[in-house]
Amino acid sequence: MAETALGHPLRTTRRIRVTVSAGIVAAVLLAVLLVPPLVQLDQQAVDLAARLRPPSWEHPFGTDDVGRDLLLRCVYGLRVSLLVGVVAGLTATVIGTAVGALAAAFGGWTDRVVMRLVDTFSSVPHLLLGIFIVAMFRPGVGPVIVSVALTHWLSTARIVRSEVLSLRSRPFIDAAISGGASRGRVVVRHLLPAVLPQAGLAAVLMVPHAMWHESALSFLGLGLPTHQASLGNLVQTARGSLLAGDWWPTLFPGLFLVIPTLALAGLAGAWRERINPRRRSELML
Amino acid sequence: MNPRLPWGPMGRMAGRRALFAVPVLAAVTFGVFAVAAASPFDPVKAYAGTAGLTASQENLDQLRANLGVDQPLVSRWWNWLRSALGGDFGDSAVMRQPVADVIGERLGWSVLLAATAFAVAVLLGTGLGVLAARRPGRLLDRCASSAAYTLEAAPAFWLGLLAIWFFAVELGVLPAGGLTDAASDTVTFGQVAVHLVLPAAVLGISQLPWFFLYVRQGVADALGEDPVRGARARGLSERTVLLGHALRSGMLPMLTLIGSRVPELITGALLVETVFSWPGIAAATVQAATSVDFPLLAALTVLATVAVVLGNLLSDLLYALADPRVGFDG
Repeated sequence: MAETALGHPLRTTRRIRVTVSAGIVAAVLLAVLLVPPLVQLDQQAVDLAARLRPPSWEHPFGTDDVGRDLLLRCVYGLRVSLLVGVVAGLTATVIGTAVGALAAAFGGWTDRVVMRLVDTFSSVPHLLLGIFIVAMFRPGVGPVIVSVALTHWLSTARIVRSEVLSLRSRPFIDAAISGGASRGRVVVRHLLPAVLPQAGLAAVLMVPHAMWHESALSFLGLGLPTHQASLGNLVQTARGSLLAGDWWPTLFPGLFLVIPTLALAGLAGAWRERINPRRRSELML
Repeated sequence: MNPRLPWGPMGRMAGRRALFAVPVLAAVTFGVFAVAAASPFDPVKAYAGTAGLTASQENLDQLRANLGVDQPLVSRWWNWLRSALGGDFGDSAVMRQPVADVIGERLGWSVLLAATAFAVAVLLGTGLGVLAARRPGRLLDRCASSAAYTLEAAPAFWLGLLAIWFFAVELGVLPAGGLTDAASDTVTFGQVAVHLVLPAAVLGISQLPWFFLYVRQGVADALGEDPVRGARARGLSERTVLLGHALRSGMLPMLTLIGSRVPELITGALLVETVFSWPGIAAATVQAATSVDFPLLAALTVLATVAVVLGNLLSDLLYALADPRVGFDG
């Protein structure tokens, strides 16, 4: 097979990919955690004399339409997007894991009703449902997190449910039940720990997804308020100067979204191979 | 495949699905009303607009009764559902016309955009997928696969803006948005075609990665299977093997995608239509959301759900047609 014939170079490129991905993720985390407390620069500092400067040594990403440094704005924007993404992604994973595990553990009617509900929820496009929720509750951090979390638990619920269903017929579950364990105890002590790797993987993959949704909402003017500028807000404000030919305020915030997403996907792919080496699908980003 | 289509089983499957769609649509519409009822949104204030600030309490109460807002959630939902089935979705405040007219005027433009984009994605995705699968791990495959993962991660609105910058601002070869030039007041075919290029290309390219990756995987798998080995052993040309044998079985998983990609297509259209000021229903959805136009937003949410349900039915029908092992039982 290709694996043995090309074994060495393939494994090397994979190792490089994982190293680069890990490096990017570490750099992102360091930047968003350390830059605000350590760097004594005001990201809101307006400098009208330096409006819309193209990238240079002084401003590596250039400046925006009121002369703010775009590199600093992007780091702060990433911080806001990441925070929203992590909170929304974790909430979605907790909801999804709980619903999926309960549906599978109880089975029968509960399972059928819950999974019908999941199907119904998934027949409304996520972004549209998110737009609807945010429009009704007025844009802001809370509604954005709620709308992203409420639209993203469905896939986790499906994954966890099928995982629990396949676990339920394993001997150690039978042993626990014949040992007198209650239903709740079986779920909490035996089923949940076994599905945690899958749920964790889903959670990691959920974060970029949630960031993507938050950016889209913010870009449409339905997301975060402008004083809490996320990457989507940055792209939105850059629209005016784009038509005058100034590309950098649009390009860099987008790259700040794309590159960490690719890095996280790379790491998650490696993790998936570790916990399930036989299913090496390249189709699931 | 049979030259005669199995209309009977197909019709029965469609009928069964339509029955299943009724509770789904009922639940979605009810959910829409429940979310609105739980939110701080007040239809009376939205309807009255700035006049509501000076109106007397008596007038507001009268308006509340006229709009039926004083009724409980379930009866409001039921009334809406009854008139919606008769084709009356209420009036849109932001467009200043009935919701049904807004949809009627704009649906065609959205369908045009989505269909063109979809054709771009399917054709490009299939072509690139076959080429990449022919020599997995080679330069073309690696470049195309990396590009696909990158595009998958890139938001459509960002791609759209970069396309506007490059093609409309830097090169000045294509218009940046709208349906016709600002100066012209008639809609001509040439104008629309020129204005369609950028939005359709961006929407198509944002859908491309999935098609590409599925075709690549499907064809690469099929190239290792017995029918292909048999065809090669019979001395058929590489072209016939690739297009006649490998692509045909490799396309199977893609058929299910064609219908089930409707939600992603709608998501992409919401962003692309807004970026390019395309006068479709997705852009209207965003406008309705920014100005909290509940009747329009509710109708469009339901319309999107109908589209998703239809897409799922289409993909199952296609799959059952293409693969006799599957059958029309679902």
